[in-house]
Amino acid sequence: MTPTTKDALREFSDNLKAVPRRVMETAFRTGPPTTDRTRSTFVFGNVFLHLHAVRTHRWSLKWTTTMGLGIMSVSAFLIALVTGVMLMFYYKPYPEAAYESIKDIHFVVPTGRLIRNLHRWSANLMVVAVILHMARAFYTAAYRKPREYNWLMGIGLLVVTLGLSFTGYLLPWDQLAYWAITIGANIAQSPREITDALGITDYFDPGGFQRLLLLGSDMVGAEALIRFYLLHVMILPLALAALMGVHFWRIRKDGGMVRPADADDQLFRQPREEALPIFTEAPAKTYHLAAIVRGRTSNVGRGPENTVPSMPHLFYAELGVLMVTLLVCLALSLVSDAPLKELANPSVPENPAKAPWYFLGLQEMVAFSAFMGGIGIPSIVLIGLALIPYLDRETEGTGRWFGGPGGWPLVRLSIVLGLAAPILIESFVIRFGWLREWFPSVPQLVITMLNPGTLLTAVYAFFSMWCIRRYGSTRAGALALFTCFLCGFLVLTIVGTYFRGPNWVFYWSPSEWPKH
Amino acid sequence: MTTQAKAPRSRLDPEPVPRRDWLGLSSLWAMTGALLFGLLGLLKLPKAAVLASPSKKFKVSLPDVLPVGEAFVPPGRAVAIYKDSGGIYAVSTICTHLGCVVKANAEGFECPCHGSRFSANGDVTKGPAPRALPWLKVSVSGGAVTIDEGVVVPQGTKVA
Repeated sequence: MTPTTKDALREFSDNLKAVPRRVMETAFRTGPPTTDRTRSTFVFGNVFLHLHAVRTHRWSLKWTTTMGLGIMSVSAFLIALVTGVMLMFYYKPYPEAAYESIKDIHFVVPTGRLIRNLHRWSANLMVVAVILHMARAFYTAAYRKPREYNWLMGIGLLVVTLGLSFTGYLLPWDQLAYWAITIGANIAQSPREITDALGITDYFDPGGFQRLLLLGSDMVGAEALIRFYLLHVMILPLALAALMGVHFWRIRKDGGMVRPADADDQLFRQPREEALPIFTEAPAKTYHLAAIVRGRTSNVGRGPENTVPSMPHLFYAELGVLMVTLLVCLALSLVSDAPLKELANPSVPENPAKAPWYFLGLQEMVAFSAFMGGIGIPSIVLIGLALIPYLDRETEGTGRWFGGPGGWPLVRLSIVLGLAAPILIESFVIRFGWLREWFPSVPQLVITMLNPGTLLTAVYAFFSMWCIRRYGSTRAGALALFTCFLCGFLVLTIVGTYFRGPNWVFYWSPSEWPKH
Repeated sequence: MTTQAKAPRSRLDPEPVPRRDWLGLSSLWAMTGALLFGLLGLLKLPKAAVLASPSKKFKVSLPDVLPVGEAFVPPGRAVAIYKDSGGIYAVSTICTHLGCVVKANAEGFECPCHGSRFSANGDVTKGPAPRALPWLKVSVSGGAVTIDEGVVVPQGTKVA
């Protein structure tokens, strides 16, 4: 029997009506995620979602495990990415047009000011979230085996995040931007402080080369602007995306969030013995992908006890963090505008010329010695951070906050010392000055090696060594040093932000700054 | 070189490579060498053949009266020009620390960025600056004064 024209038309209209439902069905393939089976296929059948495991351990979902800081960093990055692309439609990276185009965005483009504010606040929030995320990973000893390499990826992400912030700083081409980049480029040139003192700059000049690499010229001009623009919108975001990919993938491969060995016992309401295991035998396959990749998977020896489906538990938690991040950025953007100073003027610097807040600790240190404060000590800090997982190979306290020998009392002691040392050193320098004032002819090399910044670093290092001896544990030394580093960063940043006025002179408050 | 042939144990557990593949390794090292050599060439890229920067040599017309100890700063230039009984001299006002432009005052110079202070002849008196402010070459022909920012002269060189 052949179908009549009328039947075919009805079938066509039925199909048309069914299109939205069918599109959803073919997109998700497994129906609504209502059973454990469909929830599983919802995750591993989706190219984006299968970055996550199908099931998530309940310990990972505890608020105190991660505080959502990693997802907050990603959320802030996504907000900055979207708003950044929007800004790119209007921004013109030439010295003659850059400042005017930012003014256009701020005052003329519809919602341009909100988008610019969102971009600025999400970038700020990203720096905060990344630093706090690192602190979380450190204090819960999450960097330990098998997560050593992922800690390195995290350090890389921190550096790229700061690089993105710094390169974005030049683009408005206002006074703040111009002088921040002048200072930044000269910090890159500061190895000359050493090569000059040794008298070898004419033959070996890494500092001059670094400056040239950044500026593309011997002054801050169009070449510098286009280089910073390219770094900001292309090279660094791509580097960040690549590192993020590895970072997330390694979380899966390293067995998810770190948790203490007794996490299951802590989560079980009744004693473990009475709980019936789901598998009589834990998975023990000793191969990875389809028997081609060798080695044990991170799930060997772990049953599905105490796990919940990632859909909805994990995804809704992550969505919640994204929404909170967006809300915070939006609220800040509505109450506080991104700054825009006067057009860049190469002959009159801002006074005081201040970097963004997260670099003010660094600015405080370069005010002691350009090379040590700008390159030497930051390099020591980064190398020290990178070495932590390879030096601390202990197992005590993994997955617990402030876990390890010493624990919270040691961290408390380190906070006291970490705050006291920079405050005392700063007070001394502000009151009595430093070598140059006492002995005007002192060689620069002496100041480079012996200045308040290196002194502070040495105090922290000695304290850390003492802790390693006192507690007989590298973890104790790391706890002490990391805490001190955070405290020092905090003190120097606060001094640079609130207590430095025109000519970088100490003032108790900005209200005491001389009028000009 | 001879090696004793052994049957491969299984597809999943292949025999370890018995000896270095000389050709493979040498080609690998040749490629590495070529890449390093190329990298040396790449290091030249960041600098343009001709840097588009304004001329470092410029003429100034000094004001008719320039009191001793008072600086004359040509507009748009980072140079302080002085005139005393010894003659005319020019001190660069680019801070030797991190490149901010220092301001001339009665005692000498002060830097707004990181608090370096310099005496009237450019020596560092305070702060992080590693070197004294350089003195720049001044030439006077007829009434015209020419400053060359590219040439540093010893401190105390004055041109009558």
